[in-house]
Amino acid sequence: MPLVLPPSVLGFYLLMAFSPRQGIGQWLHNTFDIQLVFSFKGLILASIIYSMPFMIGPIKSALQQLPLSLSQASYTLGKSERQTFIRVLLPNIRASVLTAAILTFAHTLGEFGVVLMIGGNIPGVTRVASIAVYNSVEIMDYHAANIYSLILFCITFAMVISVFVFNKYKAKSPLE
Amino acid sequence: MITVDIEKKLKAYRGQQVLKITAEFADRSITKIYGPSGAGKTTFLKIIAGLIDPEKGKITVDDTVWLDTDSKISLSPQKRKVGFVFQNYALFPNMTVKQHLEYATDNTPWINRLLAIGKLETFTEHKPEYLSGGQQQRLSILRAMAIKPKLLLMDEPFSALDPKMKSEIITGLKSLWDELGTTVAIVSHNPQELEGLTAQEIEIDPV
Repeated sequence: MPLVLPPSVLGFYLLMAFSPRQGIGQWLHNTFDIQLVFSFKGLILASIIYSMPFMIGPIKSALQQLPLSLSQASYTLGKSERQTFIRVLLPNIRASVLTAAILTFAHTLGEFGVVLMIGGNIPGVTRVASIAVYNSVEIMDYHAANIYSLILFCITFAMVISVFVFNKYKAKSPLE
Repeated sequence: MITVDIEKKLKAYRGQQVLKITAEFADRSITKIYGPSGAGKTTFLKIIAGLIDPEKGKITVDDTVWLDTDSKISLSPQKRKVGFVFQNYALFPNMTVKQHLEYATDNTPWINRLLAIGKLETFTEHKPEYLSGGQQQRLSILRAMAIKPKLLLMDEPFSALDPKMKSEIITGLKSLWDELGTTVAIVSHNPQELEGLTAQEIEIDPV
């Protein structure tokens, strides 16, 4: 669902779920004194929930593309499913894992809707770069918006380049 | 002694066919398994190895029950630890020749001996993509032998080898099988390929 829901809708539901006045949020607050709404912790958790499908999808697809006989060969050598996963399957989908991780991180970095819903716009606490761009434009500070945008652009560009470098120019989009 | 009595439905182009096999493999014997394409030869080997479950059947090895569908017993492939040579080799792309054998065993003298038999001593640091088809096939045989199996199942194991290499490999393997007391079952399309090597034959023809 996080893949197809509008970010603001997902953010709203997470805001309700994390609210210290009800449900899980109330239990976390009363039991562990953890408040997720309008905190950096909550912002991280919401981003993980939002971005998880972008990571899981490509990895699942890469695993499905590996021949079944690879794991079967490992089992006949007496290796457990865990050993097979770590020593055989994971190294052979390394490129996909790396690509998915980098692109998911880049995607999370630019996230706006979910982050704004859960974290709000608290300077020094939950104001992330994408919100700072929006904030600067709203107060007509285009110079600051330009700097924030340029920083985001450079980070994202460096990540895309690193995907190609790590995968020795064989990188494929995880969404292919 | 290995006794097999299994029944497995196979998907076929026109409907379904049933693979029904009753067979016995004497200790230390070498058996040739043959039959038309799609008859279920590979499926038969995989059922013995525990990689595929049949709908019905029983497999016993000496006094141990590996499979009994009536009693819902089915030992995992890890427990059966059958040496298996896959038709598509199933080599691990991330591992070198040496790493393949080290993944299977930590017995270095045994690894060196296998490398010599497979004539792969000079390719120990090569990954599968840098090996020829014949070298890959030899590696898949050596990897299966690395665990010193009591039962070795081979699916078209010599199809990519030239006659001279095939003869040398078979001679080397035969001495290992004699030494380890390995029971061997070999799937082959070529009627002449295993002449003089195998003691019995099983024809697979599904109904």
